Amino acid sequence: MSSRRTPRWPIWIVLLIAAALVSLPLPDSITPFRPPWATLAVIYWIMMWPRIFGIGSAWIVGIILDILQGELMGQHAIALSVVAYLTLRFHLQIRIFPLWQLTVTVFALLAIEAFILFWIDGVTGNPAIGIDRWTQVAAGAILWPPIMAIMDRIRERIERRDPTFS
Amino acid sequence: MVLDNQNQHIQDVRRVLSAATYPIRLLVDAPFAFSNWVGDTFSTSTTLRTENQALQERILTQDARLQRMAALEAENARLRALLESTAKVGDRVLIAEIMSVDMNPFRHQIVVNKGSMHDVYVGQALIDAQGIVGQVIRDQIFSAEALLITDVDHALPVELVRNRLRTVAVGTGDLERLSMPFLPRNADVLEGDLLVTSGLGGTFPPGYPVGIVSEVFSDTGKPFLKISATPAAALNRIREVLMIWPEPSESDVAEQGDAVVADDSGTSAEGDTIAAADMEPVTGPETAIADDDEVEPETSAPANLATEMPEGQEL
Repeated sequence: MSSRRTPRWPIWIVLLIAAALVSLPLPDSITPFRPPWATLAVIYWIMMWPRIFGIGSAWIVGIILDILQGELMGQHAIALSVVAYLTLRFHLQIRIFPLWQLTVTVFALLAIEAFILFWIDGVTGNPAIGIDRWTQVAAGAILWPPIMAIMDRIRERIERRDPTFS
Repeated sequence: MVLDNQNQHIQDVRRVLSAATYPIRLLVDAPFAFSNWVGDTFSTSTTLRTENQALQERILTQDARLQRMAALEAENARLRALLESTAKVGDRVLIAEIMSVDMNPFRHQIVVNKGSMHDVYVGQALIDAQGIVGQVIRDQIFSAEALLITDVDHALPVELVRNRLRTVAVGTGDLERLSMPFLPRNADVLEGDLLVTSGLGGTFPPGYPVGIVSEVFSDTGKPFLKISATPAAALNRIREVLMIWPEPSESDVAEQGDAVVADDSGTSAEGDTIAAADMEPVTGPETAIADDDEVEPETSAPANLATEMPEGQEL
């Protein structure tokens, strides 16, 4: 109920930065290890603020990603919605996991997303070559602890400013 | 949703949403554009002077070449008139900058900063100083997305300059390689042959360089040659591209093959002034690149002497 008063813009700023990072040009040698920033951000927000950020928001992020990346419309949207659902379903358990367990969970979620994307690519006749997609998943899981630390600080700052906010 | 897109029903939705997400792209592009701007603004006067001199020299040599070109063009038109076929010379072009944003890492796509606002249309050909770059696949309002010729989903009709042998060059997903899988084993192809667009299919105007044959491999058990070619355009180094509007000649409208293209450029004819205004001088780094690799027509000339090697082998 307090969510109506509290600012949502931090969520969208973080997601905007994530979207920008997704389309930031990188050297070819690093591109295979670009973590799926937007997915990580979506997982984090759903896990922490499930009442504010839900599957619908994840779907919108997915559509934006599809357009930014020039892919089939709906591809990322479906994948992110599935990830969002799983996170939402288990968010109370995931939240109290120790960090290493959480990292493994995130790895699994990213792998599910990558598999859905891979599968849609295959069905629509644009099979992606190489293992880049899977190295990105690994990179995302490895970077999860530092990302989590940064995001926790952002979140705590917002929550401290507005104690009624959960 | 996914199937919808297959049927091209939501292209308009996509166009609107892309315009909405254009700020994100601008944001990502901004640091790179800024660093370029800084580089341009704070370059020393000596650098500028040497660069200016190099450019002047290039203009001189190119003007000299153009003089002959004019004569040749006239001669070509005369000969074609004798043959009662149409001559097409002079396409309208517009310089567009490639935005520094990454798209799907598994596709070879680029974003250019000219869109349907500048009369860009789907299927339009993109070239750089050396050759064909790709074609527009999505025109958005302020920007357009283009597919490079090396994308796995891209194929373009080409012909060999040496003997006008026509075939199709297919992208491989490797920025440095095209493949031509449809030539029989007795086809007359040699390493170093220059490929140009044949103009079939109507998307690409004829006569622009596409690449150079880099490898011809004949497997005895297979009916087709395995041919690789190196794209003429520096696909991974370019920052600016030229977008082409093929100019229709008078009798062209009747020509059924190019009907679509002629139609498109007809509607965009009034945009001429925009194009002229946008023709800004090319900045430093690109000219340096362009200077390095000369355009190749001459290099493939010696191949004329060669006889039909593959046939000989087969016998």
